[in-house]
Amino acid sequence: MAHAEAAHLEAEATGHDHLAIDPDTPRGWRRWVYSTNHKDIGIMYLVFSIFAGVVGAILSGFMRMELQEPGIQIFHGLAAMTYGVEGDAALDAGKHMFNVFTTAHALVMVFFAVMPATVGGFGNYFAPLQIGAPDTAFPRINNIAFWLLPPAFLLTVLSLFFEGPAGMYGSGGGWTIYPPFSTVGQPGPAMDFVILSLHIAGASSILGAINLITTIFNMRAPGMTLHKMPLFVWSILVTAFLLLLALPVLAGGITMLLTDRNFGTTFFSPQGGGDPILFQHLFWFFGHPEVYIMILPGFGIISHIVATFSRKPVFGYLAMVYAMVAIGFIGFVVWAHHMYTVGLSLDVQRYFVAATMVIAVPTGVKIFSWIATMWGGSITFRTPMLWAIGFIFLFTVGGVTGVVLANAGADRALHDTYYVVAHFHYVLSLGAIFSMFAGWYYWYPKMFGYMYNETLANLHFWVMFIGVNLIFFPQHFLGLAGMPRRYIDYPDAFGLWNRISSIGYYVTFVSLLIFFWVMIEAVRKKRIAGDNPWGDGATTLEWTLSSPPPFHQFSTLPKITGSAH
Amino acid sequence: MLAPAVAGAQEAPGHPVSGQISFQPSVTPIMDSIVAFHDGVLMWVISAIVLLVLALLIIVMVRFNAKANPVPARFTHNTLIEVIWTVVPILVLIVIAIPSFGVLADQLIEPDGERRYLGSDIFSFGDVEVPAPELTVKATGEQWFWSYEYMDEGLRFDQYILDEETRRAQKPNQPRLLAVDNELVVPVDTTVRLQVTSSPTGVIHAFALPSFGIKIDAVPGRLNETWFNARETGIYYGQCSELCGKDHAFMPIAVRVVEQDEFAAWIEAFENGDYSAANATLAAIQ
Repeated sequence: MAHAEAAHLEAEATGHDHLAIDPDTPRGWRRWVYSTNHKDIGIMYLVFSIFAGVVGAILSGFMRMELQEPGIQIFHGLAAMTYGVEGDAALDAGKHMFNVFTTAHALVMVFFAVMPATVGGFGNYFAPLQIGAPDTAFPRINNIAFWLLPPAFLLTVLSLFFEGPAGMYGSGGGWTIYPPFSTVGQPGPAMDFVILSLHIAGASSILGAINLITTIFNMRAPGMTLHKMPLFVWSILVTAFLLLLALPVLAGGITMLLTDRNFGTTFFSPQGGGDPILFQHLFWFFGHPEVYIMILPGFGIISHIVATFSRKPVFGYLAMVYAMVAIGFIGFVVWAHHMYTVGLSLDVQRYFVAATMVIAVPTGVKIFSWIATMWGGSITFRTPMLWAIGFIFLFTVGGVTGVVLANAGADRALHDTYYVVAHFHYVLSLGAIFSMFAGWYYWYPKMFGYMYNETLANLHFWVMFIGVNLIFFPQHFLGLAGMPRRYIDYPDAFGLWNRISSIGYYVTFVSLLIFFWVMIEAVRKKRIAGDNPWGDGATTLEWTLSSPPPFHQFSTLPKITGSAH
Repeated sequence: MLAPAVAGAQEAPGHPVSGQISFQPSVTPIMDSIVAFHDGVLMWVISAIVLLVLALLIIVMVRFNAKANPVPARFTHNTLIEVIWTVVPILVLIVIAIPSFGVLADQLIEPDGERRYLGSDIFSFGDVEVPAPELTVKATGEQWFWSYEYMDEGLRFDQYILDEETRRAQKPNQPRLLAVDNELVVPVDTTVRLQVTSSPTGVIHAFALPSFGIKIDAVPGRLNETWFNARETGIYYGQCSELCGKDHAFMPIAVRVVEQDEFAAWIEAFENGDYSAANATLAAIQ
């Protein structure tokens, strides 16, 4: 981006800032617990996300071990060990426990791994840096937004040890918590724990969103108009609006669920004139924007990486911006494509088919613009670029299966099968997660000042690329053949692809071990990264600062003098 | 293990087979249109898109890597190409949408004997004749079994999964986890109106039958309706498709399609006796 190159020169003089050695800079535990510093809070979000991601990955490991062979392999034993039950009771507890694990895997990955990493972590750390702001607008809100997450996570973990359905432990209603299974189906307090956990995680995200929107609107450096703003900041801005508008609807829905469960209301109970389908509308009015919340920051990250390593400005900047804005808008009017089988009328289904397919257009603009950014470039295949190219390809695969599922007529055969599982893991587990690793490897030298071993990091990429494709590609076949989701056991005919999928899990797990190896190696070797390890392609403001940036940056604001796009 | 199972696919429709990579064989006009739409339109389109993106990525990686192209270009706009990659996807989506809306409408409009259905010819205006429903069956999802009622005849029965021991003893050739004690019996070449609901105090289930192309939620307090017209006799299996609790994976659906005269005798025996008396009129399922 032309503007930032100019900014580069301007900020050079002011980036290395005397406040870095401010004797009042808090030290020890106070620096983190009381932190109002966007970079420290960003790091805490990222560490929290890595921890939660490992928990979520281990949960899915138990599920893949269970599904490796037909029949029930491990969950009756797991239930016997955890809850001290035996025989048929252990079998029943194990079947429920499998549902609890699918539920917890989804909740942990969505609310505690992906969202904290992209919005809380990278958004907090790099949005202020890229707009030339000294910090976020509301540093104390930033602090509370982060510190709401550990108790929310704790509530989800605690729910595993409280009664759900009579005589069994944990909430096994899926992350979608559809009533009546989440009301009369599971009367114990486990579900209340999950609801309260979602409330707190939602409050955290709303506070974070308010902070980011205010920061981006009010604290851009002089000269940085909205149309000169880096694409990552745009992606965070759009995401923050989605959070602000979608999460209150979830909060309303789950509050009604809570009162249905505990205070005798009947919003979702047909016996009291309520409707279980109402909850699904409320949930997906939140839930569909939620999937864009998880992927949009990734779009921003990928744009910067592709431009940096092609040594060429982003192609079609304005189209990229408004494609994200369009995806955000349309994301709010397509929710019932998750509900094609509930008994919606023909006209309603027709509308949601048409609206959903429209999303493919701005998404296509993004994919093609990334390729056009590379076109004519001088590409170096550094680690972040590998993840970015992997992202573009795998997100395309996940995107086109989304077009298939958008068609209610075809969805009839695929709804609630493994095809859907394959689809959303291609866009999330291979899309959002790849963009997170891309961002991590792109900004790691900036955040920590050290360079990792790129050969090892590339090995991480290749092993994970093979692993996740092995897990999820065969699941398309399972779904087409009719294997339903959320099944602890399946007809023997589904055995082959399930076994391959489980092998893919082990490969992916090895890649996570390599990831930690890369991190440990980098910390031990302490290779100094320098202010900008990526060369002249990296043009945004964070590369004008030291690595890591000073505790407070831009005490003199950089002036943005580049031309508009 | 792959080869013999695939070879068996033709003679044993109605349930999945090992190594299968596409839909189960269709026996209804609705599933015909889904197969034609997915295999004949969607798969081609999405494969072409993925291959196009892959090809473009390979081209840029080969032609524009730092060795091949040491000095990067600086262009950031090309109005023509941007218009093309906005308009062409819209055209592709329209090509998808035309059969999509037809396939969808067929699923949701109950036959009246007059309306023509698409069947496998999804780009036609429809030339498959489907008679109006002659039989109404209500399926009620329970935790964790299905309960059926022949509405006009007022006959009811329940359908439970067979545990492994019983399956091996009674129906050893039926698949594990799909075999049930009592199949839903319906006549071939007859339109059956299927009403689906759930116990008023229960939870949501979903009635799914892959070879018929139907999947519809069983929601407490709501009576959903769909229909099917199966053209081949045999046993067709489906599974509950909405998370409903610990035995979600253990409440399969089995529909036995029989000749029309067999069905007439079967329903008469059911009216005069009970489900097992009726089943005695049919060949035993192995």
